[in-house]
Amino acid sequence: MAPSKLIQPDRVHRSVYADPAIFELEMERIFGRAWLILGHDSQIAAPGDYFTTRMGREPVIVARQGDGSVRVLINRCMHRGAIVCAEGRGCASSFVCPYHGWTYDTDGRLRSVPVPSGYASDRTGELGLRRVPRVSTYRGFIFASLAASGASLEEFLGPARSSLDDLVDRAPGGELEVAGGVFKHVYRGNWKLMLENHLDGIHPAHVHASSIAASRGAPEPGPPGEESYRDIAIRQMRQNAMPEPVWEAIGLWTTARGHGYMGDYHDDSRLVAAMGNPAFQEYRARLAARQGQAEADRILGVTLWNTILYPNCSFMSQFRQLRIVQPLAVDRTVVYTYSFRMKDAPQQMFRDTVAFANVVNGTASWVLTDDLEVYERVQRGLSSGAAEWVYIARGAGRDIDEQDGTRRGATGTSEVFIRAQFRAWLDYMNER
Amino acid sequence: MNVEQFLYHEARLLDTQQYEAWLELFTEDATYWVPLEREQKDPFETSSIIHDDRTLLGLRVKQARHPRAHARLPLARTVHQVGNILVLKEEEPELLVASTLTLVEFRTERQRVWGALVEHRLRRTPDGLRIAHKRVDLVNSEGELDGIAILF
Repeated sequence: MAPSKLIQPDRVHRSVYADPAIFELEMERIFGRAWLILGHDSQIAAPGDYFTTRMGREPVIVARQGDGSVRVLINRCMHRGAIVCAEGRGCASSFVCPYHGWTYDTDGRLRSVPVPSGYASDRTGELGLRRVPRVSTYRGFIFASLAASGASLEEFLGPARSSLDDLVDRAPGGELEVAGGVFKHVYRGNWKLMLENHLDGIHPAHVHASSIAASRGAPEPGPPGEESYRDIAIRQMRQNAMPEPVWEAIGLWTTARGHGYMGDYHDDSRLVAAMGNPAFQEYRARLAARQGQAEADRILGVTLWNTILYPNCSFMSQFRQLRIVQPLAVDRTVVYTYSFRMKDAPQQMFRDTVAFANVVNGTASWVLTDDLEVYERVQRGLSSGAAEWVYIARGAGRDIDEQDGTRRGATGTSEVFIRAQFRAWLDYMNER
Repeated sequence: MNVEQFLYHEARLLDTQQYEAWLELFTEDATYWVPLEREQKDPFETSSIIHDDRTLLGLRVKQARHPRAHARLPLARTVHQVGNILVLKEEEPELLVASTLTLVEFRTERQRVWGALVEHRLRRTPDGLRIAHKRVDLVNSEGELDGIAILF
């Protein structure tokens, strides 16, 4: 079936989640074209620093060059095809293939091969590691695109830039640093399922019912000065029980590229730095000292929850969590979750971030494990051919087009963000 | 009960799903730690797969009994195989004990195997040995892992 037949205004065909042929086409037309977030400048601070990751299913090396620029190379030897760099991350002066010792500079150029006299002609100039054609950064975040041409990164991000601004602006020193370890969780479900969950305000009361109930029975978190490590976990689990009118009332915006972001639902002053809890006093003071009081108030006045950058990222600007989605197969996905330390913020701010990461994004989290279970159940359900369509009509027909180019849901529980993702999906899939 | 018998008893409580009784083996000030990184030194500035005080550990037990605990219904069936038990240090009233754990987990048509190096800090109390600290270093803690809804 042609992609355009699979996407309708209020429903999508189950094959977009379950058909391996559709998945192949997505890897070529979506992950092969869109700007994909790969990581952050702080992961490769010095020349020679590198990390490996995937763009769709392409294995890549992201390497800092001597001139400070970032280059993204296909991690595949041009001789017989072995992965040349398997270390994950490090600092290198060259990448050496383990098979026959083909040696590449960190900019990808082929430096040497063993016994070069074995070749009739010298083709080293054209046998460098393949370069990913477009690389760009925004506020320290590294993006790349496998397509040689297309919209600029800034155009691609569009109004969703404001969420990345929010993430970075909160650092008193104006910069972030990846820190605190990386959670890598796998689920047996399609890559889109996670992106369709992170702006969904109906699901917490149902998916997270058991962690909400358990946390309600926990001892009350301590007042300022008598706080405990566990408070962040208990407070966050309880927040998932916000009543439906709260979810209905929050803003939910989408962009033409399928990105989306929503207003925050937190009312817990120990979790939200803007809310006046004494625990954040020093942080707010440092932000005001660097930015001025008015700008600090503006920064802390932005209240966003999750932002989706379609097709491979979801992040929480207020809580400094960023998740990169890597599709493995039509029914298997891995998600890497990073935490960030804010430059020049008090140590306790990062300790809170780590505690928050553990409860929300930890592999054994009370919260995340139930999300993963549901993704897997959806995938199993969608393998049934007897019922063909997936219904995404909540709020349909009531979406509001805003001046800044965003499309907003009529309420915070609208499925406008899923419709926006499929609108972008169709654009990528149809583009020739 | 000697140290060896105590560790077997702990494993038996987990494998027979007597989680409330298992929780009673921990002291009030206990910590239960499954680090994310190899040789991780610190649970406050690096994330952990699990880093619980006794209260948070209790919430895991409560969640497991909830009728809508989706990832825990049904509860996984497990075998905790404890071996290589070695008392590393004795400082009254506490003992530092190393062991290895091989764990087989089965749930919803999937069987998984876990391996870990384990350390218990055991305290002698009037009620017998109790766990003051348990550290479980999974051999695949830095790997790409499915969600974990069991107790090690």
